[in-house]
Amino acid sequence: METKKKVFQLLVDNTSGVLSRIAGLFSRRGYNIESITAGVTADPRFTRITIVASGDDDILEQIEKQVRKLADVRHVRELKPGESVYRELAMIKVRCDASQRQDIISVANIFRGKIIDVSPESLMIEITGGQDKIDAILKLLSGYEILELARTGIAGLGRGTDHIVTLS
Amino acid sequence: MNGADAIVKCLQEEKVEVVFGYPGVAIAPVFDSILSSGIRTILVRQEQNAGHAASGYARITGKVGVAIATSGPGAENLITGIATAFADSIPLVCITGQVDSRLMGSDVFQEADISGAVESFVKYSYIIRNPEDIPRIFREAFYLASTGRKGPVLIDIPQDIQHAKMESFVWPKQVKMRTYKPTMQGHAMQIAKVLTQLQKAKRPILCVGGGVLLADAKKEVRDFAERYGIPVVCTMMGLGVLPTGHPLFFGMVGNNGQLYGNRAMNEADMIIMAGCRVADRSISQPDLITSGKVLVHIDVDPAEIGKNAGPTIPLVGDVKCVFHDFLTHDDLSIDCGDWVETLNGYRRQGEKRREATMKLALAEKTRMKWVDPRAFVRGLSLAMEDNAVYVADVGQNQLWSCANAVIRDGSFLTSGGMGTMGYAVPAAMGVKIARPDLQVVAVCGDGGFQMTMMELATMKYYGVAAKIVVLKNGWLGLVRQYQHFSYHDRFSVTDLGEYPHLDMLTKAYDMDFIRLTDNDDIDKAVQQFLADEKPVLMEVDVDPNVLA
Repeated sequence: METKKKVFQLLVDNTSGVLSRIAGLFSRRGYNIESITAGVTADPRFTRITIVASGDDDILEQIEKQVRKLADVRHVRELKPGESVYRELAMIKVRCDASQRQDIISVANIFRGKIIDVSPESLMIEITGGQDKIDAILKLLSGYEILELARTGIAGLGRGTDHIVTLS
Repeated sequence: MNGADAIVKCLQEEKVEVVFGYPGVAIAPVFDSILSSGIRTILVRQEQNAGHAASGYARITGKVGVAIATSGPGAENLITGIATAFADSIPLVCITGQVDSRLMGSDVFQEADISGAVESFVKYSYIIRNPEDIPRIFREAFYLASTGRKGPVLIDIPQDIQHAKMESFVWPKQVKMRTYKPTMQGHAMQIAKVLTQLQKAKRPILCVGGGVLLADAKKEVRDFAERYGIPVVCTMMGLGVLPTGHPLFFGMVGNNGQLYGNRAMNEADMIIMAGCRVADRSISQPDLITSGKVLVHIDVDPAEIGKNAGPTIPLVGDVKCVFHDFLTHDDLSIDCGDWVETLNGYRRQGEKRREATMKLALAEKTRMKWVDPRAFVRGLSLAMEDNAVYVADVGQNQLWSCANAVIRDGSFLTSGGMGTMGYAVPAAMGVKIARPDLQVVAVCGDGGFQMTMMELATMKYYGVAAKIVVLKNGWLGLVRQYQHFSYHDRFSVTDLGEYPHLDMLTKAYDMDFIRLTDNDDIDKAVQQFLADEKPVLMEVDVDPNVLA
């Protein structure tokens, strides 16, 4: 079966060790995590976790069921591409001297990236967007030497007011 | 009141009558408090056995079994008991002591991250950081262990929390867990679908697993099968749901099952799996066996449904509730024609073959030294009381037991999912402690027996009159058998030798001993073995060349 990617959004109780329980579930069952992000929600009792996982349909179904089984997990849903917005932040440090600087800045501008640090030999770009956009800028920058790259993994929310889980 | 008193009070609130455990400094406050509580304590000889004994206790009572160990090595020893219970969905609450909170994470004496270590085979693991949380956490732990798909829960309690003064103790009236709500009732539409399909089926079969026993649904399942004359097969964990001689029961399926049971599954046009996992040892090729059939999968754990075989009709719910709902429809017209008669034919053939093999084996005394284990377990089970509990260990002894033991209204217990050698003796002890009125027999090989034989001391100390059979062939028989088939008789590291001399071992424990060396003496020896209400060990000398 073909391998697909899915984005899962989890609402979990903010208990100690909750992230390790979830990460541990993925590792021991051999599921692939492409990225995982976690942060507290408007209600401090809950944490929202966004996981990008890959696998065939059967595995993706098992992932959803096994995650739902964890006693800390309050809610699991798939964030479907058309119905949700995803964002990832990346920081890219590129080696550049004064002569290359303008070229790199213009690439960053095209992607609405920000220059957040400059040194005589390097430049740091901050960029936010979907994973495709970040992949695209990395491709454009591949002609330069990327010294360091930090990606946060995506966070996502469903569009509109459907499927909002009331946290009471 | 301190934290330890609160913990013991929680156990009282949960109506815990017996705990199995082993003390140490980090859990000393709890053991101190329990002394005056009226709760019975059983000091096992190794913590693993506290887990197994609690498992036996839980399986026979339907209650949550409780095991208590100290920090570090105590907790680590308990791990095998916990993992074994998890694999068979047995409800346990395991309590471990931990070093002082302020020292946690600094690798002090007897510190181990037990909560992290067991994470992948518990339903949940808690570390108590605040004494005020004790009542809530215990309430939740017992609830988690005993509801939905049952299983072990671990509570790790630092020593300072056990010593901490508590202002008040409030037992929560109800469990409030936002995140945990197991589905008990089956969906009405799915139930209707199953019943519609069942009326169309010509060759339906019901395959029952350990989930039926865990849900206490033996009666409902049997009533349903009998009302409509639906044949039943079982997995290893489902042995005992129907008595061996029941006209609708066609044995255990799987690679260690009865040929006629597997044949029944293969030829069915509709399979209803109830409380079983479609696991590898029962159904090795789920796609093959389910193709062209209607597969219904009933389980309380939605993650089991579709994991190994994609069912035509998934039905999430507690087996007891679901079969109760099935039974409320009494207007079904189910006609299986001569399906049961066909299966009866297969069974007669199979039984005839078994009798013939056995006869041959018994006759060939020159080739077959000593006692035929198949004839022995049959003879033993026939002599046991109707409601007796047969606890099989793991290995050849288990497979001989599954295939040949006759279970009537009693129970058959074994470590099915994990296959933990050494399960039988401590589990039988737990059963007997829970139900002294029942006849309890543990059947082991000489490998498994030696893993937990230290519990003979516990049995003698507390006067636990469970009976123990050791089928002794001097080998790790099932591995030897595997090496026979797969490694051309290169028997690597499977020779146990003749030790220990069990007659001398039992003498060390002041325990009665019987040795059986001849097929002709089976009946007499078994009578003597079962006669008195006291612990007895029977050694049965078995030829290592008998295969399971």
